[in-house]
Amino acid sequence: MTTENDIYNFAYLDEQTKKMIRRAIFKAIAIPGYQVPFASREMPMPYGWGTGGIQVTATILCPSDRLKVIDQGSDDTTNAVSIRRFFAKTANVETTTKTEQATIIQTRHRIPETALREDQTLVYQVPIPEPLRFLEPREVETRKMHALEEYGLMHVKLYEDISRHGAIATTYAYPTQVNGRYMTDPSPIPKFDNPKMDQMPALQLFGAGREKRIYAIPPYTDVRSLDFEDHPFEVQQWESACALCGDDQSFLDEVILDDRGERMFVCSDSHHCQTRQEQGFHGSQMPENHAGGLQEKHDG
Amino acid sequence: MDEPIMAVEGLTVKYGSHIGCKEVCFDLYPGEVLGIVGESGSGKTTLLNALHGRLEPSHGTVKYRTRMGGMDDIHAMGEPQRRLLMRTDWAYVHQNPRDGLRMAVSAGANIGERLMGVGWRHYGRIRDNAVGWLEDVEIDTERVDDSPATFSGGMQQRLQIARNLVTNPRLVFMDEPTGGLDVSVQARLLDLIRTLVAEKGLSVVIVTHDLAVARLLSHRLMVMKSGEVVEQGLTDQILDDPQHPYSQLLVSSILQI
Repeated sequence: MTTENDIYNFAYLDEQTKKMIRRAIFKAIAIPGYQVPFASREMPMPYGWGTGGIQVTATILCPSDRLKVIDQGSDDTTNAVSIRRFFAKTANVETTTKTEQATIIQTRHRIPETALREDQTLVYQVPIPEPLRFLEPREVETRKMHALEEYGLMHVKLYEDISRHGAIATTYAYPTQVNGRYMTDPSPIPKFDNPKMDQMPALQLFGAGREKRIYAIPPYTDVRSLDFEDHPFEVQQWESACALCGDDQSFLDEVILDDRGERMFVCSDSHHCQTRQEQGFHGSQMPENHAGGLQEKHDG
Repeated sequence: MDEPIMAVEGLTVKYGSHIGCKEVCFDLYPGEVLGIVGESGSGKTTLLNALHGRLEPSHGTVKYRTRMGGMDDIHAMGEPQRRLLMRTDWAYVHQNPRDGLRMAVSAGANIGERLMGVGWRHYGRIRDNAVGWLEDVEIDTERVDDSPATFSGGMQQRLQIARNLVTNPRLVFMDEPTGGLDVSVQARLLDLIRTLVAEKGLSVVIVTHDLAVARLLSHRLMVMKSGEVVEQGLTDQILDDPQHPYSQLLVSSILQI
């Protein structure tokens, strides 16, 4: 009898494709921040839904891996759920929502709050891998600029921010220079997460499916966020702490509560928030005796 | 300084079997303005492109005196070095300012781009410099944060000049810098270019089909026809006493009011 596992090769992609992508990944790791072109495949989902990240994950995935998928920090949004189910089905690997238990974490738009370890790999989904693209539309020209390290243009963008808004108003996809060489787009993560990329013990892989590029930041690599001497790099700050777990150090999402302007701020990293609630922390919207209440609702 | 800043020998550019420009020779000295005149399709722009390395010549050499003092063949040097020259020591003023400006960013960022390209990383200083240059090219300094798309044609052209001169280049290439401007704006721009050239001691290669512009700006003239230089000499000499039949035709074609 034919089972689902016979229909798909392990982790969906055929072995030749994985070999091709592995080569690209090796090259990417060897040249930190350099965008390696690869023959991106059609995936059973539209571009923009993480086809690049999925191909990277499918290539590095082993049967013994434990996979976590997050979208905007959350384990239970559509994109995260469908990609997690995709790999549960095609690779039959164990999945988890716990950051510290995962060996591979595929992410869109966030880096988990929990510090990552050497034995973990972070896979980013990237829409536009070229940080210079919006300033210089020609691919031939941007490649030349990378080759000759002509990065003055990137500062033009930051200059423009300051002259318009009085401060560097770029808050996501904040340009970084990797290993003192390549100008690299960190994918649309908030700039809050940029400092986590610097000297991170985990391997960071970036896949852009539509643009057909893979790049990497090896463990313990310098990642510097660009700035001006008189306008240094700063991360976002909030006036309030998380309304559920009371954390004032994590990245917060604004949640509208009603049509009268009521709102609350909660951790964007859902696993981080739940862990803290289970540990007994609580925020303004969550009385002490209700700690862990959200978790129960999900289970019901 | 009696040594030429640029020496061109036997410069020939072919497009297949068709000739772009043929056997062009000249020396350009520091502080000198060389005008290249001729009708459309006579090879003026081809020559200009070959001079700054954008076009590879079929044969012939273009040598440039670098700040180190040596004469380097610009087509033999590596592309990184040529691009560095292009960003620092040279300037290129396009006929259409939109080709030379970044229309999506403010005037200040346009002027600051070259500075940031050579490593300036202090916002305040870059902006002060931009404001200073706006004053130099007679643009209201209040408009430093405005997009060049909101500028008039003459202002855009002056902004393009400021953006190019901010790194104190020594050699400026200009391709019909006054084309498309009305006469009063043109007069003001010519005045500005003349002042800047004199103040900064720039060497300029200027391509124009407008003999009045050539008369005002250039010290020496080269007349081109069908890719060849038919006559060259001092501007006044050529315009007042043209020798070659084509130069005579060109001079006699100037409209009189």
